[in-house]
This record gives sequence, C-alpha cells and structure tokens, in this order.
Amino acid sequence: MNEVYDVVIIGAGPAGLAAGIYAGRGRLNTLILEKGIPGGQILLTDFVENYPGFPDGVVPFELMEKFRIQAEKFGAKITQDEVEKIEKKDDLWNVVAGQGEYLTRTVLVATGSAHRKLGLENEGKYLGRGISYCATCDGAFFKEKDLAVVGGGDWALTEALFLTKFCRSLKLIHRRDKFRGEQILQERVFENEKIEVIWDSIVTRISGSATLESLTLQNVKTQENSEIKVQGFFISVGLDPNSKFTEGLLDLNEWREIIVKKNMATSQPGIFAAGDVCDVCPEQMATAVGTAVAAAIGIEDLLRKY
Amino acid sequence: MSEDIIEVTDSNFEEEVLKSDTPVLLDLWAVWCGPCNIIVPSLENIAQDYKGRLKVAKMNVDESPMTPSKFSVMSIPTLLLFQGGEIKETIIGAVPQKKIEEAIKKHL
Repeated sequence: MNEVYDVVIIGAGPAGLAAGIYAGRGRLNTLILEKGIPGGQILLTDFVENYPGFPDGVVPFELMEKFRIQAEKFGAKITQDEVEKIEKKDDLWNVVAGQGEYLTRTVLVATGSAHRKLGLENEGKYLGRGISYCATCDGAFFKEKDLAVVGGGDWALTEALFLTKFCRSLKLIHRRDKFRGEQILQERVFENEKIEVIWDSIVTRISGSATLESLTLQNVKTQENSEIKVQGFFISVGLDPNSKFTEGLLDLNEWREIIVKKNMATSQPGIFAAGDVCDVCPEQMATAVGTAVAAAIGIEDLLRKY
Repeated sequence: MSEDIIEVTDSNFEEEVLKSDTPVLLDLWAVWCGPCNIIVPSLENIAQDYKGRLKVAKMNVDESPMTPSKFSVMSIPTLLLFQGGEIKETIIGAVPQKKIEEAIKKHL
C-alpha cells in the first residue's frame, strides 16, 4: 500500500509554503509538489516593498528561502514534480504527476499564475530576441537601448522602473488613460525622466528582422496608428491562473480561476485552493499567504471530522 | 551545484563546448535572474540521467559576456544545445524538464 498523505499541496510559492508551515505544525503528513524550485512567480520580481514586516523591502529569493526552511522545519516534505491531474480514488484523491502518483485525503491547489501573452503574431518569434516577460531576467541585456513596456498594473510599473536602470529611453504603453498600479509606483513613473507614458494605446504589430525592431501602436480613442522603434519590448499585461490541470474537475470562473467558498474549499470535497489561482486572491504575496493559511486551517478542520 | 555540471567561461568555451566530442547543453544564467534558479534542479537531473551521452555546462553571462553576445542571447535562462560545434536547439525561458529532454533527445 502506498503512503497516504493528509494533504498534498500543489505549488511551492508563497501560498503553498505558507500552507505547508501551518499543515506541518498541525502535524499533518504534508507533501508539497513543485515543478521548479520553491518560491514561485514572485521570484521574477527583483524587490518587494509592500510585504508587511519589511520596512526596507525584501529580496523575494531570500524571503522564499526562509518560507521553505520554515515549512520544512515543521515537517512538510517538498518534492520536485509536475502535476498533470487529480483523480478520485475511493474516498481519497490521487494526484498524478510526471514522476509519480500521490494518494492523499485532501489537496490544496496553490499553483499560482503565469504571464499573459498579448496574442500577437510574431510574439513567439521574437521571444528572447527582443521580447521578454521578465525585466529582472533580461533587463541587463538592454543597456542604453530604447525599450517599451505594455501594461498598467503594479507589475508593469515595477518592470518599467527597474528597466530604467539600464535603458536609454522607455515608452510605457497603456490601453486606458490611467494606471491601475499602486499610487506610489505611479508617482515614481511620472517622476522618472527616462519614461514616457503613452496613454489609450494598444500594440497591434510587432516587427523586425532577426531581432525586434519596431512596434505599431493604435490609439484606441482616435484610431490613429503610429510606429515606435525599440530593441526591447517587455509585456506585463497581467497573469493567467495555472488551473488547466483542474479543468473538468473543479468549478472555474470566466477567467479560469478556481471558485472558492468558505475556508477556500472548492467544488470538490477535500480539494482546496489558495493564492493567485483562486478567484478571491488579488495577485499579491500577502493575499497568497493569507488565503493559504485560511485553507490550511480549513483542511485541518475537515481532517478532524474525517 | 551538482558535480555533473561543468562551469564554462568565454576563455574555455571553444575547448569545452565547440570542440566537445559529446553534445553539450549550455545554460546561460546570472545570479540576479530568478527564473535561472528555477531550472537548476531539472539540469541537475538531466546531467545525471544523460551522463556520458551529454555534457551539461553553465555559463555566467556577467562573467562571460562575449559568448552570449556572439549568439545574440537577449534573455536568460537560455539553453543552447551544441553538437559538432553548431547550435542544434535553443530553449528560451524556464521550461519544464520534459520540454528540455524532448529537445535533447532528437540529437542523442
């Protein structure tokens, strides 16, 4: 007979690791499955300034390392494996992954989210040849270059500000006439001499030869087209939940986020969801942690009745 | 770092990669790159599983800027598969281990 876990947590980002700390302290037999390394999507950001408890900000890579150590200290086991599906097996759940199958009484889906693509022709062709979804990863390749960023949320503003460390000029393209991102980030963007904001505009064409050379923009109010010459284009138009492997099993909303109820329970008994992948979490590290802790407590409650 | 993964620089790139008898999977990375860390466990697994048939190497792009620039690398992590001195595969971004293996297998 295979080992049966009390809870299998899918994803070791802020949500999965926070739930792991609580589940471990609850003395649950806890397994965390992570397809890459612990830390999740927040590792793509260079610096976090809005996580409570860190008045001088914190490097996500260092903070996530501490989350991991804290989860393991209380007994959560972290294994590298990529989950393909969850299926019912008698009164248990069987989590099927690339390297093995894991039987468990409960599951917490904490798989987070991934960069949304614009869906334009040539977007794939110039990936790594001028197009990027990660300023922290690729910014340094664009020293003294002319860049564009598209988006208007926290992420886009953070990416633009980070890129000004390297670039000569930066155009920040946004489809509306105001940003959604934090006010403090907006102030920094408006004060930064390298950044020019292009309002009410969308990118309609990506052009180049071997590498990216220009973007065609359309003003959504006047319908006017214009072309800008850039060597780098950073896309930060939002995040899509990593929920594909739960399709057909869990109820998802129109954005494919997992619908959660009280205690972060999903439409299937014994399966919970927390963090960016669920419908109530506004893509912040603090809310990922908060919803995950609520889920871990819900899971402990359920197992007590088991 | 796993002992199965070798460190390559601009100065020994030709010797270790271009002139290698076995195919070489070269990982271009930097310390400031979060996603570069994400694929490290996959590379360690691959280095172990394909020992003898494939050489897995890492190059720090800050310490060795010439090689990435020669191959027009503008994004990391980038994995380049070299065979007989030529690039056979280019994988950009932190992709699952399975995808890396699919790309390698065609050439082994």
